[in-house]
Amino acid sequence: MEPILDVEGLSISFRQYDRGAHQRTLPVIHDLSLSIAPGQVVAVVGSSGSGKSLLAHALLDILPANSAREGVIRYRGEPLTPARTAALRGTEIVLVPQGVTYLDPLMKVGPQICKGRREGRVREACRAVLARYGLPPDTEERYPFELSGGMARRVLISTAVMESPRLVIADEPTPGLDARAAGRILGHFRELADGGAGVLLITHDLELALTIADRVAVLYAGETVEEAAAADFTTPGGLRHPYTRALWAALPQNGFRPIPGSQPAPGEIPTGCRFAPRCPRCRGDCQETHPAYRSFRGGMVRCDFPGEVME
Amino acid sequence: MSLEAKDLTFRYPRRSRGSVLEGVFLTVEPGERVGLSAPSGRGKTTLCKLLSGYERPDRGEVLLDGRPLSSYKGFCPVQMIWQHPETAVDPLLRLGETLYEAGPVEDRLLDALHIQPAWLERYPLELSGGELQRFCIARALREGVRYLLCDEITAMLDLITQAQIWDFLLEEARQRELGLVIVSHNTLLLERLCTRIHPLT
Amino acid sequence: MSRWNQRKRTLALLGCAALLLCAVTVAGLLFQPLAMETDFANKQLAPGPGHWFGTDWMGRDMLARTLTGLSLSIRIGLLTAVVSALLSVLLGVTAALGRRADAVISWCIDLFLGIPHILLVMLISLAFGRGFVGVVAGVSLSHWPSLARVIRGEVLQLRQTTYVRAAERLGVPRGRIIRRHMLPHLLPQFLTGLILQFPHAILHEASVTFLGFGLSPEQPAIGVILSESMRYLTTGKWWLALFPGLSLVLVVLLFAALGEGVRRLLHPASAHQ
Repeated sequence: MEPILDVEGLSISFRQYDRGAHQRTLPVIHDLSLSIAPGQVVAVVGSSGSGKSLLAHALLDILPANSAREGVIRYRGEPLTPARTAALRGTEIVLVPQGVTYLDPLMKVGPQICKGRREGRVREACRAVLARYGLPPDTEERYPFELSGGMARRVLISTAVMESPRLVIADEPTPGLDARAAGRILGHFRELADGGAGVLLITHDLELALTIADRVAVLYAGETVEEAAAADFTTPGGLRHPYTRALWAALPQNGFRPIPGSQPAPGEIPTGCRFAPRCPRCRGDCQETHPAYRSFRGGMVRCDFPGEVME
Repeated sequence: MSLEAKDLTFRYPRRSRGSVLEGVFLTVEPGERVGLSAPSGRGKTTLCKLLSGYERPDRGEVLLDGRPLSSYKGFCPVQMIWQHPETAVDPLLRLGETLYEAGPVEDRLLDALHIQPAWLERYPLELSGGELQRFCIARALREGVRYLLCDEITAMLDLITQAQIWDFLLEEARQRELGLVIVSHNTLLLERLCTRIHPLT
Repeated sequence: MSRWNQRKRTLALLGCAALLLCAVTVAGLLFQPLAMETDFANKQLAPGPGHWFGTDWMGRDMLARTLTGLSLSIRIGLLTAVVSALLSVLLGVTAALGRRADAVISWCIDLFLGIPHILLVMLISLAFGRGFVGVVAGVSLSHWPSLARVIRGEVLQLRQTTYVRAAERLGVPRGRIIRRHMLPHLLPQFLTGLILQFPHAILHEASVTFLGFGLSPEQPAIGVILSESMRYLTTGKWWLALFPGLSLVLVVLLFAALGEGVRRLLHPASAHQ
């Protein structure tokens, strides 16, 4: 099936002033590739500050003015030009942002969901959407500050799905929610995918992502290091990259074992493999050669010695 | 020798819908690790703020060793660590200044938290959330601290950083007989960390 | 992308504007004797090679008078802007830190904002006996409220930030919190306010002087020059008002550009463009 979204070699960098008027370029995302087929939920998992929100902003062409973007983004087979993005976003491509701060605090929820349109048909659709997400009809009359965290998230989803989108981008939809509420919100994204849309779920929470995702792309220091099917995580030896394995082993229920060190900041990226300084299986040339992103055992991996399990 | 919450009631001013907390009792002994679990919106963060003196209760009191918490001047022996470390450090100050502004911090802590000396010269924007959280923990663990309130402190961090931080905190709390109150929506994490779990109803 | 980035261009613009203003100030001081020199043989000359801006009814060179006037305006502007900006910070911070002080200061802000500016400047200037002191007092005592209100709001917000609350709980003394966590955050507001206060101060100085409540008539201030020129405008002596007026507008625009540039450099939303 033709992928709904196909990102190839996406790099994003920022121009910043260091000291005085001297400018430097900070690479934040490097060589990111992924594709989403209709009906699929693809999760992009990365730690905070790894630039994963920028991916959403790049797809919607709303990056700040001091950034530069390289690579190709294709939507339903054709490149996303700024003009095309402007025409599609909000209707076919929608963003479910992080929290209630993305709602207009001075506008009631109903008009925000209807995007200001007043026709009876739209109002009805709005009520239907609210009902679908278990929100009482009087939600329409409320202001954003009167919503709880979970309700706000459902309102944001309602706003997004009013137009029956083909591609839903969810940027950290669950923080601040307890496990049950988070599960319910993620369930709604699963439903959207089952209805034929493509869902890109951007999150730092691997555990929650795995509950609904078909495939998971793992970000490390601005690069995708592995793309795996959700089932690979629970299959012994199914994971390909040592970082992904370390993530999995650090889960409270899987041993809670940390590896030392931290992710390099943009601007201090090592020349070779970006994970090499922390890698338990680092070999001599890992420090020098930057591994290519290649397919391996039905997934993708950026490691020259993938899949070898220790012990 | 304990941290006690007695009949705490709190409501945010100008908010009509009832109290956030109503008659909450909680006692934490030194060396204890108490997990707070409740659905969102039940005032877990508010309870932490009351216990560490960020807010004052409308009714009831917080006692440390039988004395009201508000009678402790200067460095508060009950310290709170926040979910979003980037809001808890001044964006315009180098982290070294933030770390030492209230007084000395043992070098041992910096080593154990893997805080690199070069980070002290940086501004908060240049570090990741996990790195900033280490600074917030280090400055709270000054001499004289008795209780730490950890409000979802690793919820925004990646799993490896989460494991690193808890690894350190549990060891430190054991050695110094600190009492911990841990808030998390992750029940598996709470089970792993806590000596008992207190449901907030 | 051009070879000069945004920040370099802004800095260059700032440098040029500042240099030009300094040059005008210094030139005005140097030309002061010439501005007072009367020469009745050459009175009412139209602009020409000898006198670029022409001469007035006493044969005084208008270029020298304009420069001296501008110089005086800039010095008054600088003084009043600094005084009123400092006053704003002091009152703004005080208001934000105490509830009772806030009530009093907010009331004062409302009161001062409620009276038309020009009226206030005239009254205060009169009360201080007009002249240089009167103008400076009038303009600086009437221009603090808007910046003070901005600063008060800013401090109130800063006090509620997690990092200030956390510093309090960590036992950082109050004075150090104000010095380290508040003043640095107020600097952009302060600098921008300071520079944007300039054009206001200069214009108000010129207008009260024009109306006769400011500097005394023998001083070559822009307001004096303009008000004198009114008598001769109807007889076709256009240069008496045009050049001094235009150069005043130019100076004001330069200051506005300076303020805008500083704001752009310091404001986080545009700092990295």
